[in-house]
Amino acid sequence: MNKNAIDNIIALSSELRWKIGDDFHDGLAEGIYADASEIANASISTDNEKKRFRLDSKIDKIVTSKTWGFPIMFLILGMILWLTILGANYPSSMLASLLLDNIHPALKSFATTIGAPWWLDGFLIDGVYLAVAWVIAVMLPPMAIFFPMFTLLEDFGYLPRVAFNLDYMFKKSGAHGKQALTMSMGFGCNAAGVVATRIIDSPRERLIAIITNNFSLCNGRWPTQILIATIFIGAVVPASFSAFASLFAVIGIAVLGIFFMFFTSWALTKTVLKGEVSTFNLELPPYRPPRFWKTIYTSIIDRTLIVLWRAILFAAPAGAVIWLISNIYIGNESVATWTINSLDGFGFLLGMNGVILLAYIVAIPANEIVIPTILMLTVMATGIVGGVGTGVMFELDSVNATGDILRAGGWTLLTAVNLMLFSLLHNPCSTTIYTIYKETKSAKWTTVASVLPLIMGFVITFLVAQIWRLVF
Amino acid sequence: MENKVSSACETCSQFNAKGLKKLGVNTDNFDFVVALAGNPNTGKSTVFNALTGLRQHTGNWPGKTVVRAEGAFEYNSQKFKLLDLPGTYSLLSTSQDEEIARNFILFGKPDVTVIVVDTSRLERNLNLVLQILEITDKAILCLNFMDEAKRGNIKIDVRTLARDLGIPVVPTSARYSEGIPDLIHTINEVATGKIICRPHQIKNVPKNIEVAVKKLSSEIKKQFPSIPNSRWIAFRLLEGDTHIIDALKTGELV
Repeated sequence: MNKNAIDNIIALSSELRWKIGDDFHDGLAEGIYADASEIANASISTDNEKKRFRLDSKIDKIVTSKTWGFPIMFLILGMILWLTILGANYPSSMLASLLLDNIHPALKSFATTIGAPWWLDGFLIDGVYLAVAWVIAVMLPPMAIFFPMFTLLEDFGYLPRVAFNLDYMFKKSGAHGKQALTMSMGFGCNAAGVVATRIIDSPRERLIAIITNNFSLCNGRWPTQILIATIFIGAVVPASFSAFASLFAVIGIAVLGIFFMFFTSWALTKTVLKGEVSTFNLELPPYRPPRFWKTIYTSIIDRTLIVLWRAILFAAPAGAVIWLISNIYIGNESVATWTINSLDGFGFLLGMNGVILLAYIVAIPANEIVIPTILMLTVMATGIVGGVGTGVMFELDSVNATGDILRAGGWTLLTAVNLMLFSLLHNPCSTTIYTIYKETKSAKWTTVASVLPLIMGFVITFLVAQIWRLVF
Repeated sequence: MENKVSSACETCSQFNAKGLKKLGVNTDNFDFVVALAGNPNTGKSTVFNALTGLRQHTGNWPGKTVVRAEGAFEYNSQKFKLLDLPGTYSLLSTSQDEEIARNFILFGKPDVTVIVVDTSRLERNLNLVLQILEITDKAILCLNFMDEAKRGNIKIDVRTLARDLGIPVVPTSARYSEGIPDLIHTINEVATGKIICRPHQIKNVPKNIEVAVKKLSSEIKKQFPSIPNSRWIAFRLLEGDTHIIDALKTGELV
């Protein structure tokens, strides 16, 4: 390669650039548009193109209006959650009775028949198998309902309208409007939401979107929120309102997450990530009637099963760990008991307890297994009869039985509220942390993204606990 | 709901349906590389899925595809590797997703670039089409969402459009797999050189710019006779694009 020739060309180009002046970009762009218009006019003929756009813009006028935009958004979110909570109940309990009440005892008796040693049978069947079975029973039904509905909404073209509605607030908080799209993806899975931030051009705003994606309540955390809200929040009001009360509590947590997302974005913009908000064009695509059955099929096959598989991969070793820490003894206490006792003081300050904190440590790989871990550890720590045995993860058949165990473990409304808050505000799961590292290639920002929500969780639950104890 | 019109191409001797094999993610030992480019939200991923038999996630919002997806199909015992590029409105900006698309078309030198457009928004989509045609002379225009265009009573004179652009134009409705056989056939023809494209060059450029571009591009051609898209490089140099300057220096463009 002739280096001289290249330098000549570059020199010539800068000389010519000076001659043309500032108009080059606009001149070229106008030239392209003029060509496009000529070519289009020569081959397009249309009778009533405007009609269709009129219908689209009519819908847009309503769903992006100042008055109706937000109510419609919450209504749609509420409806999807409502159908998910309601619809998932039956298949969940059927799966639970099949996998936990029928197959589990069958496996146990099979293990006895072939004379497997107690530790092998405990490790594999009470640890690994039960963890996996629980995750399937609890996660599969809500996901199989939530994901297809979300995908239908996505195919219809509603997501860009959400971005449009929220744009003003993102701008106020110093973040990019497209963060609304990555936030929405985060409601499914935070790791997916972090990858989706690639649509944001500016590195500063992209970093904000990555750090704050964790505030979108992900699929692994919805079941925890729903269960705890049903047991404790629903019980505060008369029975006829309890379903609505728990629904509002869950939506409230999700909205609080959005609030924290805005707040953190704003705080980052004012401190370590200062900069101008960049402008962008957001195209509102035409509404397209989704291909219903095809969407249902692909969203179940591709999204639901992939997410489920990931959960199983993480649940299996976690189940093993729980069984191990409950069955390995140091002196008179199992490792689990010892850890719970030493975390209890700190847990009390946060309005929770050692069990919850230990459960969150065990559940770093997957948020889905928080509740079964808590139940198992509670039973073990309080010595209540009702569980299956030491270190066995289980799900109780009825919501009431779960509530009874938790109350016997010293749970109050405060514990429930703070668990819901802490489930929203804690470190992202290990997959998300790894994804953040892959996307940012920076250990520093990965640490910030992992530790910042945890600190916020500690602070918020601490404040809530102190105020609560003062008032009540 | 689903009106499956069987394409005449499937029965025509030119199109050998039995010769088609969807290979999914198996992209080894390919003979040709095909890139799918286009504006966001024009159904590139749907076309990709229809060609490869894969189920790349699709959705009605711009910017859904952020990483390039790869797949393959085999037609008449030739293997085609297919790349689903992120959607972009233009090749003149700097965001990461657009850069992936631009870099691949420019440096990856695909054997065929299929430009997918939303037929109802053809004029706006042509902005990108005309830019791509400055870079590559092996391109096909895929008029997607023909079903929607028909519903909107938009008629396209496909032959005039093909003549004006200088590349083959294939109407499709990828969601219903309509026009896909024809698209595969055309990809094969362009890849094997049976169809030679004479792509449109941007004409309505202001006089002073055109003079500068001519001067610069003839200089580039003189120094690097093997560069096919000297005019585009001239455009980029006049814009002051540092990437292109670096690429010239490292010899990536030749």
